[in-house]
Amino acid sequence: MTLMTKFLGAAAAVALSAGAALAEPALIFDLGGKFDKSFNEAAFAGAQRWAEETGGTFRDIELQSEAQREQALRRFAEAGANPIVMTGFAFADALSQVASDYPDTKFAVVDVNWLDLPNVRGIGFAEHEGSYLVGMMAAQASKSGTVSFIGGMDIPLIRKFACGYAQGAVAADPDVKVIANMTGTTPAAWNDPVKGSELTKAQISQGSDVVFAAAGGTGVGVLQTAADEGILSIGVDSNQNHLHPGKVLTSMLKRVDNAVYDAMKQGTDLETGNFTMTLANGGVGYAMDENNKDLVSAEMQSTVDAAAAKIADGSLTVHDYSSDDSCPALSF
Amino acid sequence: MDYLTFIQLLDSTVRLATPLLLACLAGLFSERAGIFDIGLEGKMLAAAFFSAAIASLTGNVWIGLMAGIGASLLLSGLHGLASITFRGNQLISGVAINFLAAGMTVLIAQDWFQQGGRTPSLVGGARFEGITLPGADAMADTPIIGPLYSELISGHSILVYLAFAAVPLTWWLLYRTRFGLRLRAVGENPASVDTAGISVVGLRYAAVGICGILCGVAGAYLSTALQAGFVKDMSAGRGFIALAALIFAKWRPWYALWATLLFGLFGALETRPDVIEALIGMKVQGQLLGALPYIMTVVILAGFVGKAIPPRAGGEPYVKER
Repeated sequence: MTLMTKFLGAAAAVALSAGAALAEPALIFDLGGKFDKSFNEAAFAGAQRWAEETGGTFRDIELQSEAQREQALRRFAEAGANPIVMTGFAFADALSQVASDYPDTKFAVVDVNWLDLPNVRGIGFAEHEGSYLVGMMAAQASKSGTVSFIGGMDIPLIRKFACGYAQGAVAADPDVKVIANMTGTTPAAWNDPVKGSELTKAQISQGSDVVFAAAGGTGVGVLQTAADEGILSIGVDSNQNHLHPGKVLTSMLKRVDNAVYDAMKQGTDLETGNFTMTLANGGVGYAMDENNKDLVSAEMQSTVDAAAAKIADGSLTVHDYSSDDSCPALSF
Repeated sequence: MDYLTFIQLLDSTVRLATPLLLACLAGLFSERAGIFDIGLEGKMLAAAFFSAAIASLTGNVWIGLMAGIGASLLLSGLHGLASITFRGNQLISGVAINFLAAGMTVLIAQDWFQQGGRTPSLVGGARFEGITLPGADAMADTPIIGPLYSELISGHSILVYLAFAAVPLTWWLLYRTRFGLRLRAVGENPASVDTAGISVVGLRYAAVGICGILCGVAGAYLSTALQAGFVKDMSAGRGFIALAALIFAKWRPWYALWATLLFGLFGALETRPDVIEALIGMKVQGQLLGALPYIMTVVILAGFVGKAIPPRAGGEPYVKER
């Protein structure tokens, strides 16, 4: 028995050190969870793509509470994972405390691009640009002249989505009415589909016939109710058109998968600094596939593509809510 | 605010109040028998998951409902075992059930469906559809009563009608039957019930069992009637709001109906900031409405409005004198 224990112990030690020596990348998902059909799932898809292409493996963890952020970071760093990729603005504080303790480990964080640390790659997205495009599509697809937005937790990032969406809607139809609601002010707002449904119904009774959900798991309820009640919906982050074929107008794509893929591909040589993924460099966009091709007319697509080209070459600027905490097209 | 908006607001109130009402009545049975239950949230969540999972596997929502009730009953049994048989701390047991349900549902969902802790979307017979009451379509165009009947009263899922029917039923059971008298007595003074030769343990288990069934229905309503599938943590604190409603209702069935409807109305108003703005002429933050149930409960507990006296033997395990 004692011998057996020793063998097992030795085997375990070998396995552990082997893992550390390989310097696998690690991925930490935010509270929404790996398969939120949205933001975190996009990150997972990017990591999967990297794993399939390179034959490498990565470790991942889904956080269950706020308190685990720093703990998860430290554990991966101690275990020798490099680079460590994480998703979500909420990592900013934990990362700024942890990063300097592990100068040889590279960190990449999605949705945080204001930290100035030598071993951190911050990746932000121009969500307002992608939202602007789907806002234009919403206003064109709307028959009632009212479109709406449902956000998850009320944070500047989600307001950035809402603001871009409203600007796009107004650009396509100056008379359009835009309704915006937030689900809540706590992280629970990302996982409350029941409230998402009620908000959708409330917006329908105010005349909305296209709803854009940027709300994580809450968005599942929004898209479901929109499909049940016969109005159009717009998905977010990942391509959500397939959730209710023929009923989801489009999805605002945020290429978190590309960001994660790039970070993992660069591996331990990860280029640090702050980056912004925009429409111009393919960081944001809108989704077209066989599920929504009948919903989007050629005319709609051409106006949206024209606007996209203008934004990309800089001749059209979409106001970024987070730049001055105000929105010209929408009041919160 | 026009009449139709008003009706829609009430309609939303009914939908939001139903899970609260069921959970509140569940807590009422348990606490009236002297077993505090802060595990309402966990039981609802477990029931929400199992009813959606089984409904999606079998394609039959009724089998799903049974599975949800079964799961909730199992957790109730656990709570009973810990707090009645082993005389453990009821609050700790309740907290444990909440944690267990939060973790277990996601774990099993991931194992069964590989969709990251959610169930596939339910379609057709795997979902409770709204019931159109007789004559609702014909009456829809009648002024005043038409919208009231066809929008507000008709068109809900059968579980809503069940929940509202449970209120008089609970009242009758608690105040008009021998079982109810004993159940209330066991929450006030278990020793005297024991002296009369009635099993305290049996009565408390019965109460906890009824609590489990009602929580099961509440959970199934969330995932198979309001939604078409389970999403992690989808009960989103409704079990705790139901507890607040229970205190607000002073542990009485009819008051529980009004309390949960009031809290449901706050929830509905939260989705219509435009209506509030039109009514009182200024912008109110949605968070304030979300917090109102808790604020009101604190006011009640502090004794400003009436007095909320919990069952006297609540929270104490019954130990027979030797």
